[in-house]
Amino acid sequence: MYSPAIIAEAVVNGLMTGAVYALIALGLTLVYGVLHIINFAHGALLTAAMFAVWLVYEALGLDPYLAILPLTPLFFGLGYAVQRFVIGPASHGNDSNILLVTLGLSIVIENALLAGFRSDTRTLNTDYGFQVVEFGPLLLSKPRLIGFGAAILVTVLLWLLLSRTDTGKAIRAVAKEKFGASLVGIDVAHVYAVTFGLGCACLAVAACLLMPTFYVNPRIGQAFVLVAFTIVVLGGMGSIPGALLGGLFIGFVESLCGLFLGDSLGQIGIFLIFILVLLVRPTGMFGAKA
Amino acid sequence: MTFRDIAPIVVLIALLALVPAFISANTVLNFLVFTLIIALAAQGWNILGGFGGQFSFGHAAFFGTGAYAAALLQVRLGINPWIAFAIGTVAGAAVGWVIGYLSFRSGLRGSYFALVTLAFAEVLRILANAATFTGGAAGVLIKLDVRPGNFQFESRGAFFWIALALVGAVLLLTGWIERSRFGAQLVAVRENEAAAKALGVDTLRVKLGAITISGAVTAAAGGLYAQYFLYVDANIAYGTWISVEAILAPIVGGLGTVFGPLVGAVALHGLGEITKLAAGSVPGIDLMVFGGLLIAAVAFAPAGILGLLRRSARSRGAARNA
Repeated sequence: MYSPAIIAEAVVNGLMTGAVYALIALGLTLVYGVLHIINFAHGALLTAAMFAVWLVYEALGLDPYLAILPLTPLFFGLGYAVQRFVIGPASHGNDSNILLVTLGLSIVIENALLAGFRSDTRTLNTDYGFQVVEFGPLLLSKPRLIGFGAAILVTVLLWLLLSRTDTGKAIRAVAKEKFGASLVGIDVAHVYAVTFGLGCACLAVAACLLMPTFYVNPRIGQAFVLVAFTIVVLGGMGSIPGALLGGLFIGFVESLCGLFLGDSLGQIGIFLIFILVLLVRPTGMFGAKA
Repeated sequence: MTFRDIAPIVVLIALLALVPAFISANTVLNFLVFTLIIALAAQGWNILGGFGGQFSFGHAAFFGTGAYAAALLQVRLGINPWIAFAIGTVAGAAVGWVIGYLSFRSGLRGSYFALVTLAFAEVLRILANAATFTGGAAGVLIKLDVRPGNFQFESRGAFFWIALALVGAVLLLTGWIERSRFGAQLVAVRENEAAAKALGVDTLRVKLGAITISGAVTAAAGGLYAQYFLYVDANIAYGTWISVEAILAPIVGGLGTVFGPLVGAVALHGLGEITKLAAGSVPGIDLMVFGGLLIAAVAFAPAGILGLLRRSARSRGAARNA
């Protein structure tokens, strides 16, 4: 058996990873809640954001945490444009078409990155990458602690945006009843694009928080996207508190499965949860009726 | 099925069967066999996705089962490769039925069905990658022993004919489905499941039938892959690449048509080879073209290449009549 300290450390580490997972899932759940589509390009967009972080660090020497400032608006704009000019027009408003268009987008983005950066795995060499913070008997990685705090902060900000601002009100109106929203003068195509942009902005923040302790290669997004789908389904499609709790829970499960089953089988716990939730309760913990 | 349905399939397969008589270059035959294997996997997807409207994102689950069954039964248990191939196909049907039973009975459709199939394929991939019986991450190597009785041939032409025969058989099967009562019910489920149910169609049974046949066909493609390359590992057999290939070909060729998957696979991989020749050794460039074509097909040609051909033939006919 493992000592309590090792298990406690695994739990805390899992929760810290889970917060960043939650941030990735947040973008996915937001897009699902409003556009009612599953964005298969989410993973590829995350990979693109991670490469952007790596690029500004290597080329301009910009610290990954400072890179949040330029990259978040950049990815918001990118997401806005992709929804407005590619996904929206190409899918003719048909759900299964959207599924296919985002799949096509993910293939294009992933392979463009492969063509541009080749399949090498890259990391950032920051001087704080391996710093630890002592917390009672536990040694915690400092960048992951920062990631945890920032992910929670962004979740709260997003929640405030949706519940307190006019834009948020418009987004919620479109999510509930897009025809009614368009009748009272809300530009539905614009709100869709804003929502998609917000989803991509979440990815840019997540990428900046991940890069100090993680690596990037063109296929890395696939590993995250399935985890993000699981979180979204578990928390209830479209639910922001659901995504946060689901993310923390999945981080916790992954960390403990990894500890007890070994790395290669560690992810199986996640997928079994995924399948079970889909089969038994596809609306998740907090989701509205499908 | 009438003579008019069967004749074009037989003529096309007969013409294609002549190809090895004219081309003996190994690289070309390699390309053709690979394309036919993809076409076969895509034909399986098309029965469920094209006719039944249930978009699976995890057909790797069937492809991998066929591939692993073919390889493991002969390597570990010494079963004759032909029989191993047949068992693999049946195993694919069984996996299809189980996944279908679990997900259709829970009422999953649309995006949810896509996600759950993806998850099943991933679970199988992780298991195959970790278990010792499947050779773990190192995969399974089938011993080279070139005998026809051993499902291994001196010439690539023989493999081409076997792949072509299987593709032809599934063309006939799909043609029969299109004309049958089962096929009509399947299309009814695709167009409006609630209405089909109200008219007395047993929708669960119809969808289960489709996913079972679909699983068997794609598993056959997997078995053929294992036998041709004599090697399987988890990322090849259960990887997302084959799920994506199986979706791409029917959509580009013509969703829910008999010839769509074959036309799509040939068009995509033909174009992929040309791009690779033009772009040199840049990795991923052919797949970028595939992704772009998928978006373009959904945006501008929802009925695929066959739909475009039919439309241009019709407009030419109209011009002649005018």
